Amino acid sequence: MTKLNSKIPEGLLKDKWSNYKAHQNLVNPSNKRKLDIIVVGTGLAGGAAAASLAELGFKVKNFCYQDSPRRAHSIAAQGGINAAKNYPNDGDTVYRLFYDTIKGGDYRSRESNVYRLAEVSNDIIDQATAQGVPFAREYSGLLDNRSFGGALVSRTFYARGQTGQQLLLGAYSALSRQIGLGNVTMYNRTELMDIVIVDGKARGIVTRNLITGEIESHFAHAVVLGTGGYVNAYFLSTNAMGSNGSASWKAYKKGAFFANPSFVQIHPTAIPQHGEFQSKLTLMSESLRNDGRIWVPKNLEDAKAIREGKKKATDIPEDQRDFYLERRYPAFGNLVPRDVAARAAKERTDAGYGIENNPAGEGVYLDFKYAIERLGKNVIEERYGNLFQMYEKITDDNPYITPMKIFPALHYAMGGTWVDYELQTTIPGLFSIGEANFSDHGANRLGASALMQGLADGYFVLPYTIQNYLAYEIGTPRSNPKEVKEFKEAEESVKSYLNKLMGIKGKTSVDTFHKRLGHVMWNNVGMARTEEGLKEAIAEIQQIKKDFWSDLKITGEINAMNVELEKANRVADFIEIGELMARDALNRNESCGGHFRLEYQTDEGEAMRRDDKFMYVAAWEYKGDDQEPELHKEELKYEGIEVKTRNYKSA
Amino acid sequence: MSSKTINIKLKVWRQKDATTKGKFENYELSEISTASSFLEMMDVLNEKLVGEGNEPVAFDHDCREGICGMCSLFVNGHAHGPDTLVTTCQLHMRKFKDDETITIEPWRAGGFPVIKDLMVDRNAFEKIMQAGGFVSVSTGGVPDANAIPIPKKDSDEAMDAASCIGCGACVATCKNSSAMLFVSAKVSQLALLPQGKLEASRRAKNMVAVMDELGFGNCSNTGACEMECPKGISLAHIARLNREFLVATIKE
Amino acid sequence: MSSFFTSSIGKKFLMSVSGLFLVVFLAVHLTANLFILGGPDAFNQSAHFMGTNPIITLMQPILAFGFLLHIIYSLIIQIKNWKSRPVKYKKVDQSETSTWASRNMIWLGIFVFGFLTVHIINFFYVIKFGEMNMITVNGVEMEDSYKLVAGLFTDFGAISYIYSAVYIISFIALGLHLHHAFWSAFQTLGLSNIAWRKRLSVLGDIYAIIVAAGFTIIPLYFLLF
Repeated sequence: MTKLNSKIPEGLLKDKWSNYKAHQNLVNPSNKRKLDIIVVGTGLAGGAAAASLAELGFKVKNFCYQDSPRRAHSIAAQGGINAAKNYPNDGDTVYRLFYDTIKGGDYRSRESNVYRLAEVSNDIIDQATAQGVPFAREYSGLLDNRSFGGALVSRTFYARGQTGQQLLLGAYSALSRQIGLGNVTMYNRTELMDIVIVDGKARGIVTRNLITGEIESHFAHAVVLGTGGYVNAYFLSTNAMGSNGSASWKAYKKGAFFANPSFVQIHPTAIPQHGEFQSKLTLMSESLRNDGRIWVPKNLEDAKAIREGKKKATDIPEDQRDFYLERRYPAFGNLVPRDVAARAAKERTDAGYGIENNPAGEGVYLDFKYAIERLGKNVIEERYGNLFQMYEKITDDNPYITPMKIFPALHYAMGGTWVDYELQTTIPGLFSIGEANFSDHGANRLGASALMQGLADGYFVLPYTIQNYLAYEIGTPRSNPKEVKEFKEAEESVKSYLNKLMGIKGKTSVDTFHKRLGHVMWNNVGMARTEEGLKEAIAEIQQIKKDFWSDLKITGEINAMNVELEKANRVADFIEIGELMARDALNRNESCGGHFRLEYQTDEGEAMRRDDKFMYVAAWEYKGDDQEPELHKEELKYEGIEVKTRNYKSA
Repeated sequence: MSSKTINIKLKVWRQKDATTKGKFENYELSEISTASSFLEMMDVLNEKLVGEGNEPVAFDHDCREGICGMCSLFVNGHAHGPDTLVTTCQLHMRKFKDDETITIEPWRAGGFPVIKDLMVDRNAFEKIMQAGGFVSVSTGGVPDANAIPIPKKDSDEAMDAASCIGCGACVATCKNSSAMLFVSAKVSQLALLPQGKLEASRRAKNMVAVMDELGFGNCSNTGACEMECPKGISLAHIARLNREFLVATIKE
Repeated sequence: MSSFFTSSIGKKFLMSVSGLFLVVFLAVHLTANLFILGGPDAFNQSAHFMGTNPIITLMQPILAFGFLLHIIYSLIIQIKNWKSRPVKYKKVDQSETSTWASRNMIWLGIFVFGFLTVHIINFFYVIKFGEMNMITVNGVEMEDSYKLVAGLFTDFGAISYIYSAVYIISFIALGLHLHHAFWSAFQTLGLSNIAWRKRLSVLGDIYAIIVAAGFTIIPLYFLLF
């Protein structure tokens, strides 16, 4: 039944990537000039890929919706990037990084891809350093490391709290160099509207110029999507306002399978929502859990009084505070993985112990009082000063005096377009890299691994594997999209789609629909999912879709800059993505990583994996607008690692 | 998080497109939570405008956490508004008083033409970066990251410069619309590191040449850019740029 | 090299080098002037020395060139700066982000230039080309420059008071100009960093105060004593 061929190379796990490289097809330098590659997205994956492919000699066209490639949301990553350098001499190896990543992902990622990721991780650090990325250093002049969740070693390289920014600017500088040299043509403020398939192969894209509204076609011998994740389906998330799943979704509708859509990461420490008009949630770095203690009041009355502003956190005596993570997970305490910490916070607020004055009372305390008593204010200031300042700017509360208020927030999509070992989707010639694909993080991503994966794909994996495809394309001439029937049809269909959106002329704004969707997603497809809730979600989302297409109101013009139209296009896709997410979550009758089904938990309330039934990647195939998607399963086989149950209660 | 609500009057620059003449429009908003960010207030305004069948105000924004550098409003006479070390998206309504009139303008500079309403074209920064804002290294074949030790002090100072988010507040606030702080941040970062040092002079020369072509004014060292910079990039980097540029000239 | 002087930094390099040259000139000029506090003979001897010393004579055309360079380039730079913001802001508030002097260097400069013109006509031109009373000090015959100076500040009644006021205001303007210019010149030459910026600013302020106060003492000396 399965159409999936993951193309995992032969040989021992540790030899697969070397074997692949030794035997793959390559394109000779004179032929590279004749091949065009479209890269959509300019984040760590897209930017690194566009620059690296251009350096090799391919002609690259790179697209982003922002006004500059430097704005891609990779820039917001704070903590760091993992690599198996073992500079601290604490016993790290490529295998250990591989092992931690597979285990952290709760055994739902593809082993061969993850091993390759760990293998190339060291090259990334070398590359970034050569580009002038100012990683943190010791007084010796050598690179510094910090530790992150889910690992027993210090392997995280960082640049203050702005590691993503620095790595992205490194890739951006390489990209800028290639643009200046004329090897990359950059299209800023341009949004992908569709992928064009000719004779079964991806041959280009149709875009909309966001300034003029113009619909344009671009030909290429291969198309690469580095378009990020889709968690803005929840409306409120730590993603950028423009982050969207539309490129992946358009690819899905053209035949690229969508894998594990329900696997999304909810980060435990973001600043809680303050009101109805809130547009986004700001993350507070995971590193804060090293010194902060998380608690809520033991008494419901105290929690209520705090919400109503009658009591302050500091009014609650020591013995009336419930340090629930320390209580439930004595071994790991406040440093349990992200999914566990997030769920525990939800459990407390659902029970009425939330302390934030927002509609759902969603918030818990992250208290530095104890660390300040133990280490002194100076030490805390040195470690977290910039985060404390950011917190104070946003909330007007001084976290040195009163505890921080935090709550989980949607953060990252582990799921995404299904790709094989070569990062190729089920559409030949269409590749997907970085957060946009599904392969490396399984059901939960470890901290500091997103940057690693984006750059690994962009710098060191795709530039090799894409040639195995392009080697067969050297005979395909460049064509003028104006003369190709498929491009003309795609342009027409995009135009009629946009006209349809503009033509609804209803009464309700895009944001209103987006918030409605977000509400359903958060409540039913969030941290705790049930069969009933998911079924309800699917029904509600279908209703939202119906209402959207009959009551949407967009002002402005179609052939000009139109921010509402841009949003409508993205939200229309989020609605459908949301439905597929719910469907996938409903199908997966187990709990693993970030996917927690209340029906499948241990007596102690921990996730219960069902490896006998669900040790597979769920890849969904689009069958038509009114059809249910078809599920394809890629069975996961682990040869280099023993499959175990995660345990954070005892060491 | 004590919050109350305020009523505000807005004076917002509206301009259909790059070629049409623009003007200020007045709007009033009531019961804006002081816990809202400035851009959330703009969202409320836009929801209201759409509800009334009007076009929303176009403004650039994306990450809304002060790092992407996309947001760019000139609020009450200040780039990124009347708070220090923040971008507009991190500016909060508690900085404003009840009944206050808030004037919102786009970045104004010859190098940054208006695209629509409050949105400007910062492509000039891209061109400057493409002229030399990089180390000429390709992917692969580089030495081990620890092969060249770098003094912590230099590395830290390079990081200070590297925190530039390319928002353009320096140009917007400079009375001469000079882009020197932006250019110097990149030149200085890479000149401080051994990896970038090799082509430091060439980089300074090429980036300044493009900067000069694109309609930015001359730096007169008033220091306003540094004060309005959301990342606090220091004028000391401009001194380093000047030094590199002079060295480049002497070397010729 | 040719592109250097057309580049923005090259033009400012000329501004700062000529500016620093003028800073040195001001120090020499002030030193010579302050001999006036030593009475007519001391001042006349100092003026005579300045007027006859071959180095000073040699420096005069270079000084003139320095002034011209500074003035011409200030205009070239300023015009480009004005042009670089074709549409102005409706509301700008830089009261806390930069000093008033730094934002108004061109106006302070123009004011000082205006004064300089009057000053040249009143003193330099008269001494060089005009009719001067002669006096003998220690057996050397020389021009009675003291009388010329004292005359301007005291001999014309109300006009002398106005002249004194203009003189004082001009040097306050020059002091403000120097307040920004001194550090700024070093910054443009790349001779500044975070630590030196503070030191140079303080040094610049001290210098600006000495120049402004030093020259202001002269009319005050005549008005009060």
